[in-house]
Amino acid sequence: MSLIKETDFGTPARESDVTVTLTIDGMAVTVPAGTSVMAAAMQAGTKIPKLCATDMLEPFGSCRLCLVEIDGRRGTPASCTTLVEAGMVVHTQTERLAKLRKGVMELYISDHPLDCLTCAANGDCELQDMAGAVGLREVRYDKGGENHFDCAERDQSNPYFDYDPAKCIVCNRCVRACEEVQGTFALTILGRGFDSRVSPGGTDFLSSECVSCGACVQACPTATLVEKSVVAMGQPEHSKVTTCAYCGVGCSFKAEMQGDRLVRMVPYKDGKANEGHSCVKGRFAYGYATHKDRITSPMIRERITDPWREVSWDEAIAHAASEIKRIQAKYGRESVGAITSSRCTNEEVFLVQKLVRAGFGNNNVDTCARVCHSPTGYGLKTTFGTSAGTQDFDSVEDVDVMVVIGANPTDAHPVFASRMKRRLREGARLIVVDPRRIELVKTAHVAADHHLQLLPGTNVAMINAIAHTIVTEGLVNEAYVAERCEPEDFKRWRDFVSQPENSPEATEKYTGVPAAEVRAAARLYATGGNAAIYYGLGVTEHSQGSTMVMGMANIAMATGNIGRRGVGVNPLRGQNNVQGSCDMGSFPHEFSGYRHVSDDTVRHLFEGAWGVTLDAEPGLRIPNMLDSAVEGSFKGIYIQGEDIAQSDPNIKHVTDGLKAMECVVVHDIFLNETANFAHVFLPGASFLEKDGTFTNAERRISMVNKAMPPLAGYADWEVTMMLSNALGYRMDYKHPSEIMDEIARLTPTFKGVSFDRIRELGSVQWPCNDAAPEGTPIMHEKGFVRGKGKFMITAFVPTDERTGPRFPLILTTGRILSQYNVGAQTRRTENGAWHPEDVLEIHPHDAENRGIREGDLVSLASRVGDTTLRARISERMQPGVVYTTFHHVGTGANVVTTEYSDWATNCPEYKVTAVEVRLSNQQSEWQRSYEELREATRKIATTAAE
Amino acid sequence: MTTQRLVHMANQVAGFFSSYSEGEAIDGTFTHLRSFWDPRMRREIEAHLAKTGGAGLTPIALAAVKRLAEKDTAAQKSA
Repeated sequence: MSLIKETDFGTPARESDVTVTLTIDGMAVTVPAGTSVMAAAMQAGTKIPKLCATDMLEPFGSCRLCLVEIDGRRGTPASCTTLVEAGMVVHTQTERLAKLRKGVMELYISDHPLDCLTCAANGDCELQDMAGAVGLREVRYDKGGENHFDCAERDQSNPYFDYDPAKCIVCNRCVRACEEVQGTFALTILGRGFDSRVSPGGTDFLSSECVSCGACVQACPTATLVEKSVVAMGQPEHSKVTTCAYCGVGCSFKAEMQGDRLVRMVPYKDGKANEGHSCVKGRFAYGYATHKDRITSPMIRERITDPWREVSWDEAIAHAASEIKRIQAKYGRESVGAITSSRCTNEEVFLVQKLVRAGFGNNNVDTCARVCHSPTGYGLKTTFGTSAGTQDFDSVEDVDVMVVIGANPTDAHPVFASRMKRRLREGARLIVVDPRRIELVKTAHVAADHHLQLLPGTNVAMINAIAHTIVTEGLVNEAYVAERCEPEDFKRWRDFVSQPENSPEATEKYTGVPAAEVRAAARLYATGGNAAIYYGLGVTEHSQGSTMVMGMANIAMATGNIGRRGVGVNPLRGQNNVQGSCDMGSFPHEFSGYRHVSDDTVRHLFEGAWGVTLDAEPGLRIPNMLDSAVEGSFKGIYIQGEDIAQSDPNIKHVTDGLKAMECVVVHDIFLNETANFAHVFLPGASFLEKDGTFTNAERRISMVNKAMPPLAGYADWEVTMMLSNALGYRMDYKHPSEIMDEIARLTPTFKGVSFDRIRELGSVQWPCNDAAPEGTPIMHEKGFVRGKGKFMITAFVPTDERTGPRFPLILTTGRILSQYNVGAQTRRTENGAWHPEDVLEIHPHDAENRGIREGDLVSLASRVGDTTLRARISERMQPGVVYTTFHHVGTGANVVTTEYSDWATNCPEYKVTAVEVRLSNQQSEWQRSYEELREATRKIATTAAE
Repeated sequence: MTTQRLVHMANQVAGFFSSYSEGEAIDGTFTHLRSFWDPRMRREIEAHLAKTGGAGLTPIALAAVKRLAEKDTAAQKSA
């Protein structure tokens, strides 16, 4: 193993149908037109010295180090800003150039503190490298002259990186990275001439608009911006490419190591999902993986009020298996089940569902996608024929009109948001449909053409109004529909949406959005060129979540915006492997590849492979499991990497369900909230500790490569295998690649997938089979997976959760940039610097009516529960709507949310809860009693000293 | 699982399909319940049907649950 260093071509790669041949240092080189001389030289193997250039950024031409000579041209042009021309003859190494470069380097070094031996970047410093490259042996300028050695205090405010202005060479790479790559524009050059210094807007980094994506640190050629971990630990010595375990973007990273210690995570330039970019979570918030809270010994206990007792793996597994057997013997085969995790690998998910179907002998398996994107699966399968998004991320580069519905990409999918913002800066138009004024509505050099700021719970009324406009104003792509869609279904849909009650004017009373604005947005979507919908949980987490997904599919088909680059219906998946966990057969009614358990042919295929008879009946979904537990027919559960006691709605009901079970087995890296109700705890492995694959929001299957050994001794797939074997259903995999081979044998859309194939291609998007051996970036190109696209009628049905005098406000919940879901990972990192507690965002008008000021403690109460948290007055909210996050345990945001759910999938309606907010001076009763419960249920017995 | 919750869920499903013709709506609702509801959920709502005649169910949901009961009963007999 060695440290992976991607080749830096100095300027970004250019694509062109036209190629240009030139001569560089006597060698003929052929490159696409538009390529820089610097990149062409690098392609030929010639490194031209450079400091301000890097291929993540557009050329800048400021450092004067990359000068070249070109026959027939005067002077010494910068190779980064000079484009290749046919027949050009370039010289990169001449006496004249050497002298010039050495002179430039002398000037740089004359104002650089030469503390190389004790500098954090020692061994990874481009300034050092360039001094070597130009053969710098002396600096003639007097060190006593004016310099920047003591120009300013080092800024150490950011928890993850330091800024030392004394080492800055003002190459602008950090400023340009913040602009071009991240799109935040938080950095600038303050001052002029000799006083020029990089600044995060005249304040310190932590107080600034910097989002800590790390792009500036990555771009910095010196130690001016450097990771604190590198300062503390020194340079890494080897690296492993792996896939991030946070959101559904699925960024590739190099885990840079010293032995089995992680020094830093650096985004991998060849990663096809992120192209070398990252966010604060993936780049920096990995400390949880080795946090002191990690549990590394299996534990068991009889009652949840007993202290945990550390036991051997054998004892824990034997105990869990005997309990499951006992429960099934007493209460029946269907009295147990399992929950798979979107945080675990495809292979691990596949094994858990196999354990349930083949080992438990029922189909009571579900996944956390139940509470996020299950309506996506239902809606897109019904209309298009497959339960997945239609595009790859690259497709955004061809989007003319971007529609963002119920998603907040700059917080929840920040790396893809940067690509969206780049496309918007290039001129794409933007429609935002969201109750809140999310950042994309107006941010640096980006402004939405239309912000349809609807009331929560009225998505379907809105999509019908947009459809009404498209149909009644003659904006349907008739040729596309005639060729690609079911004619009868289209006709019925057209008649339905044409009805006056679906007009923008009629639906305004529900949505609160002026009809003219809706009509204008609909016209832009239908006529603005390539139009793509990107959506999130603001679509799915509603009682009409599935209806809304179908509504979006309808308008995409009606306008011909499916089946090519730049268009599509694109779910922004919440977790790293939500797509994969669904693909792998986690749902109680489906085998891998979304095939129903009642399909005899499919079931017999699995029966043949697994050597058992399988149940043809659908099993219980998570909410149904909890309901059945409370009712008494569901008694045992195996939960891998999921914290339903914090993440699921109406926590009181969830915990009642868990308490009613006789055996709860939690398999996790931390003693999470669900573990408070568990009888067996099996320590899990972080993503750094195992091999496998994750599948991101664009159906891209990427490798997860083990960087360090599992802290508890076993990867999660091994633990599931041990449990299965103890139950008497034999599993004998030697490596996760064997599990993927089995998945490929049993799943037509994965037929061509293997670890070797993924490694060969870098990553691959399913379907990957004989018809598409290199995968499928764009779905439905030649026709829909189901044959003809199916329009569905999507009548608006207001949710049963209604506001009224007692609960006049609507609560909607979500997540923010620095924290992640239940916070199990990010709360155990320095990300708390940005978000130490959940707060309630409330409009100034609503706050004033209640006498609430910024920072006041307020009670948030719904029909099912109440909690107390601090208020933040925010004009991002509209009057009547409040917002909070669910990242912190003590907040208990989901004590307030209800069990209302999507009609088709039971995905909870997190986005609409009727609430009241009042000033308070104390914690809620739930908060007090839950704290006591935590105290009582999280004790671990100390082992007596020998 | 409370019968009240199952009735609510069945009515929600029927609510979606009620935009279609009556026959299609009943078909759609029946197929949905048959495809996605665990047998114990079906048994419970079928028991509710037997006991109360389907109190609280909308006409479409009621028709779908009746068909569900017929099919499940027939399947049990043939098993």
